[in-house]
Amino acid sequence: MNELKGRRDFIKLLGFGGVVFASGLAGCANGLRKSGRQEDDFFFVQLSDTHWGFKGPPNPEAANTLRQAVQAVNALPRQPDFIVFTGDLTHTTDDEAERHKRMREFKLIVADLKTPVQRYMPGEHDASLDQGKAFQEHFGATHYSFDHKGVHFAVIDNVSDPQAAIGDAQIDWLLSDLKPLPPDAPIVVFTHRPLFDLAPQWDWATKDGSKAIDLLQHWKNVTVFYGHIHQEHHFKTGAIAHHAAQSLIFPLPAPLSQPKRAPVPWDPAHPRRGLGFREISVDESRVVFTLKEDSLEGTPAVQPAAAIGTY
Amino acid sequence: MRRLHWILGPAFAAVLATMPVASVKAQEKVIQVTAERFKFTPSVIELKLGEPVILELTTLDRKHGFQVSDLNIDETVEPGKVTHIRIVPAKAGTFLFHCTVFCGSGHEDMAGEIVVKP
Repeated sequence: MNELKGRRDFIKLLGFGGVVFASGLAGCANGLRKSGRQEDDFFFVQLSDTHWGFKGPPNPEAANTLRQAVQAVNALPRQPDFIVFTGDLTHTTDDEAERHKRMREFKLIVADLKTPVQRYMPGEHDASLDQGKAFQEHFGATHYSFDHKGVHFAVIDNVSDPQAAIGDAQIDWLLSDLKPLPPDAPIVVFTHRPLFDLAPQWDWATKDGSKAIDLLQHWKNVTVFYGHIHQEHHFKTGAIAHHAAQSLIFPLPAPLSQPKRAPVPWDPAHPRRGLGFREISVDESRVVFTLKEDSLEGTPAVQPAAAIGTY
Repeated sequence: MRRLHWILGPAFAAVLATMPVASVKAQEKVIQVTAERFKFTPSVIELKLGEPVILELTTLDRKHGFQVSDLNIDETVEPGKVTHIRIVPAKAGTFLFHCTVFCGSGHEDMAGEIVVKP
């Protein structure tokens, strides 16, 4: 806890059941973790919306931001059990060859992460133009599940359909995947778009997300982590907590806070403001999560890369 | 297939039904709206409270979506087809619409608004 003092960090206890929130600078990670419980706890890191390949005024440093994030995660005092990327790994392009190139470059950059276990899922920028074809070639399945230290993780694809639907086939898969689990099983869902109607006016929704939520409601301990909206956001539908992560390209305004969902203008005085990643600690009960939002602001700049390598 | 969608109800708590385009009443105003990457034309559609209109949507390039979530409108606009949406504005205000079929870098900008004036 002392590691947080003297910085602009803060901790909030909100009405989210067993969730503790914390915000701060990257590099002071693990500040909330109590010594002596580390063998029972584990934590993972969520990175989202890296949009590799993006160029534009909202982030003139876009060619370096992903590398900065990799450095920041590698600098954590303790490395996570795994790292999850919740979609929009790359920025979309009509050029199929360029799409593959961006995915290869992305993989090369994140190969520098110290944590070898990385989980991926697509965002609409990765998958909607070719229904996930290139993504699957480079990263594997777009929906799947896995277990880690007593927690069941399910990845839902709500972007390969360009109309932002999960689809009945995947809903059926989700049901068959979860059905063997007891009602109190700790379940974490990763997805890109919000499953609930956060702001349909801004396309911040999943067309048939209510079907997934209705299904998930049958379990008592479900937590959803997603991206897409380029900002931290917390919401509950029934007993299910939904947590959106900051992006690693440019922040977007609060839902419906302005007429258009245009990116927050880049501030040269604070070039990495609003960019960051999240640490999620899971305690020994496996149902209490500690969320720590790490900002890239204040992290060391990286030298511009001359080239990404050859393929 | 041409479709006509009715928007009914006092506060845009829309009730949707479909019927052949032949049912379009001759006296009703028709507003043509084109969709193309990454814009709608016009992007601002002005309507008058209580005055029924028909939106006639076509696409100039590929499949797009047209959603006005506050009016419970969610349609696709496909090449070679015409989508008709009948609206009876029952409430003044500004209602955002956007494309719901991801169409490339710029898709997020493909949006507009329906302005209903008293």
